[in-house]
Amino acid sequence: MIEYILGYLHSDVTPGEAGNLFWVTVYVLLVFLGISIGVIFMNWFERKVMAHMQVRIGPMRVGPHGLLQPIADALKLIIKEDLMPSGADKIVFWFAPVCVVMTAFCGFIVVPFGRTHAITDMNIGVLFMLGVSSLGVLGVIMAGWASNSQYPLMGSLRSGAQMVSYEVAMCMSVVSAVMMTSLVTGTGTMSMIGIVQAQEQQHMWFAFSFFPVGLTALGVFAIAMVAETNRAPFDLPEAESELVAGFLTEYSGFRWSLFFLAEYAGMMAVSAIAATLWLGGWLRPFPHLLGGAAWDTAFSLVPGLGFILLGALCLFYTARMPRLRSMRGNLIGLAGFGAFLALLGAFMLLPGVRTRVQDIFWFTIKVGFFMYLYIWYRTTFPRYRFDQLMKIGWKFLLPISIGVVVLTAVIGVRQELLALVWR
Amino acid sequence: MSDERFRDSKLADSHLRDSRDRDSQAGNPQERDSQFSDSPFYDSFDEVAPGHTFLDSKEVVLNMGPQHPSTHGVLQVVLKLDGEKVNGLECIVGYLHRGIEKIAENRTWAQFGPFVDRLDYTAAVSNSLGYCLGVEKLLAAEVPKRGQYLRVILTELCRLASHQVWLGTHVLDIGAVTPLFYAFRDREMILNIFEKYCGARLTTHAFRIGGCRWDAYPDMAREVLHICDDLGPKIDEYRDLITGNRIWLQRTKGVGYISPEDCIAYAITGPVLRGSGISWDVRKAQPYSSYEDFDFDVPLGKNGDTFDRYLVRLEEMRQSIRIIRQAVEGLPEGPVIAKLPKVLKPPAGEVYHSIEAPKGELGYFMVSDGSQQPYRVRVRPPSFINLQALEKMAVGSLVADVVAIIGTLDIVLGEVDR
Amino acid sequence: MPEVPEGNPPNSTPEQAPAAAPVAAPAAPVVAAKPAPVPWHGPVVDGLREAFGDKIRDAATYAGQNYITVEGATAHAVLAHLKEHGGFISLTDLTAVHYPKDALPFEVVWILYNMKASERIRVKAFYAEGEAVATATDLWLGANWLEREVFDLFGVRFEGHPDLRRILMPAEWTGHPLRKDYAPSLQDQAWVKKNLGIESGQ
Repeated sequence: MIEYILGYLHSDVTPGEAGNLFWVTVYVLLVFLGISIGVIFMNWFERKVMAHMQVRIGPMRVGPHGLLQPIADALKLIIKEDLMPSGADKIVFWFAPVCVVMTAFCGFIVVPFGRTHAITDMNIGVLFMLGVSSLGVLGVIMAGWASNSQYPLMGSLRSGAQMVSYEVAMCMSVVSAVMMTSLVTGTGTMSMIGIVQAQEQQHMWFAFSFFPVGLTALGVFAIAMVAETNRAPFDLPEAESELVAGFLTEYSGFRWSLFFLAEYAGMMAVSAIAATLWLGGWLRPFPHLLGGAAWDTAFSLVPGLGFILLGALCLFYTARMPRLRSMRGNLIGLAGFGAFLALLGAFMLLPGVRTRVQDIFWFTIKVGFFMYLYIWYRTTFPRYRFDQLMKIGWKFLLPISIGVVVLTAVIGVRQELLALVWR
Repeated sequence: MSDERFRDSKLADSHLRDSRDRDSQAGNPQERDSQFSDSPFYDSFDEVAPGHTFLDSKEVVLNMGPQHPSTHGVLQVVLKLDGEKVNGLECIVGYLHRGIEKIAENRTWAQFGPFVDRLDYTAAVSNSLGYCLGVEKLLAAEVPKRGQYLRVILTELCRLASHQVWLGTHVLDIGAVTPLFYAFRDREMILNIFEKYCGARLTTHAFRIGGCRWDAYPDMAREVLHICDDLGPKIDEYRDLITGNRIWLQRTKGVGYISPEDCIAYAITGPVLRGSGISWDVRKAQPYSSYEDFDFDVPLGKNGDTFDRYLVRLEEMRQSIRIIRQAVEGLPEGPVIAKLPKVLKPPAGEVYHSIEAPKGELGYFMVSDGSQQPYRVRVRPPSFINLQALEKMAVGSLVADVVAIIGTLDIVLGEVDR
Repeated sequence: MPEVPEGNPPNSTPEQAPAAAPVAAPAAPVVAAKPAPVPWHGPVVDGLREAFGDKIRDAATYAGQNYITVEGATAHAVLAHLKEHGGFISLTDLTAVHYPKDALPFEVVWILYNMKASERIRVKAFYAEGEAVATATDLWLGANWLEREVFDLFGVRFEGHPDLRRILMPAEWTGHPLRKDYAPSLQDQAWVKKNLGIESGQ
């Protein structure tokens, strides 16, 4: 038994590939925990970032600087009354949020946080992720249907149409990235880990290869993924000031929070695809240009130093707080949190830990970059009207992404032929 | 339809009336089916034919009820939709009717001053200006020059404040959440001045009949000039954030078009009229309160759509800053209020006086019977008259545009309903 | 402000006896001498008098503002004439005043505006209780809601109006609030009780 558990620790494949059920379970729980923490953090982060962009400061009361706000929100949603509209189809009403959450979380099975840090690695990894996220559309339509009300149904149909339209453009740009994996080795792969390894071999993140074609593919994907997850500026189906209520109208309390959880998890999933396909996944910046042991060590210090910096920031803000008796809880809380982050950072500086952690860190940074873009878009842009939204999806993004596929193919074939000739 | 929401609506009723007529004409359900092309609306779709659902009918009556997140007040809009397209529209107003004109007949001329602030509550100072000027006309009283300049400064500040509210709420309806906060941050500066001047931020009762109650407070000139300096770059910020934004352009260009002829037919005034290209501003056409002393332009639009009206209002904010600067720099010395009898009894007669409020031409038609109380005060509400054009502007566009058009008309329900 | 010697105080209707002229307060010299209506002559009035003769009862200027009083039945024709020949293409306002003691108690006031000449004119006409006024919606679309409001608050019917119903008050309200004989205590208590569920609390 112990050998079973310990035996995996020295392997260089994911637990799924190794067939080690114990570690698969552990990884599943870790990923689940990670997504949940990510969603909680995103809630706080979004409110704070939006507020600062809007010349205000966001939640400050619940916990120091609003850090406990997501927990308070979650508690409130859990204890709310669970309403179900009369005449609603009870089973479908119950199942719709479950479906959306399941599909959002299932996609994380193949998301690689590192070479061995994934639950498993399918050889159709990307296809699996896209397929599973498409199933989410079903949940959305079920939600609208089960509400037994005209306007949520229309809203959910609109939402579903939008998601389906932008999936086509997304998949086309994914095709172009997958094609680029076959450049050096001659065989392409759809496995997420394989794609990152291909970027490693080609010494180039796919966003920058065949410049600017790769960047265009990333751009198309980045826009389409915003529409796919129903976020601003494509959030007409969810918007408050529009007349047709969104598909979420009849959901309250915990069921609503499930949709909300699924939305953020979906955002993280498509950001993970973008980071893996175009931004090099878990690879640190310039692994070959700035290669060598010294650079490796330097870059591996970054996660630890980053957390220490965050901890120092927390302690700095604690120092700035007024020293009132009523603020005692906040002062202790923030100082404690800062100390925890600093200790975590110090822990990540240890040589044994830092090599293992650095893949996860770089991957998370890249996903976090896309999440920040999401928040930035929401704060800045007005909303598209639905017909304009569909026009963009079909008449603008799709032709561009098809063009990108064609261009990638042409340039790639030319490159291979030239390499053949010169050999 | 027994739905209470449509009780006052003729649009929703007309369907029922048609369908009831058809019911009496048609013999059996099969005959009724063939009347679908005339878009019937029935109490329940089972009446039509079993198995049909709302997805089969061509038109839906949608109620944008008195309470809704588009922050314009209690306005009910009943829409007749074919999918996304608006085929018919009806506004139901009166939810905020407070009988202000009736109240006027039971107060004295001076006592009615505070009521007038509550009409267009985002721009209380300009309402007050119109009323006071009208009564002064009845009294044939002349406001001293300093009082007139002070009134101009406060009224133009109020125009800025009102346009900030418009800007924030209009872009919020279209989906951009951030400019609202920027606009209200700038409005705070102006409201601080009002508070220092007269004690109130919103319903200011800034002016009295005959002039201003208080002279400018000691630092007022400096603070007002500071606002002028500050707001110029901020309006540039709005221009950078919104005007060039392609999503904004797509949502507002060509939306809510109204032709200049229709504007005149509907008696539309204010930035809506100027957005359609007709250059008419009461401050220039029939100057009051020393506006002829100031040098400013009247911005004009070309296309009569939402985008042009937006540009017109933005430019009006710049011109207001220009006027304020001239007024502050040219502020003469002297009293701020004319010497009027304590008990105001204008001689019997009637007068109509109008000013250029931020929303349009705000007029007061006052009839005096020689007593201390007005015989009749009629407020010519620009929002009420502009709102009539909503039907013309929105029919034929999409549902998402209706919200944008209501925003671009810049209505305040306090003024619409009085 | 016009400076005219103290004369007869302005009157509102030909039928009404001039209102008692208030004496100017002795300690307020800043107020100019009371304005009085001055007969108005000019191309507009001449054109009107030519077209309508004695239907134009009165044309005067008070406090610098021109107004004409016309016979009720010709009001619409006068408005049309002013719009087409006078250049008064814009209807600024349409309202009413109630003089309960008069024989023709409802005064309907149209305020027109000539944009090119920056000139305003008030057209007034008097109507009896229950008499229908010709609608101005065929001349100006904007008169629609204005006439609905006059109907709602005064009870003056407009003949030819496409959709004459209440606009500010609820649809089933009884009574016309801006009439002088409508006191707040006379509000439609049945409506209040039925729709708000309260005893009318005046």
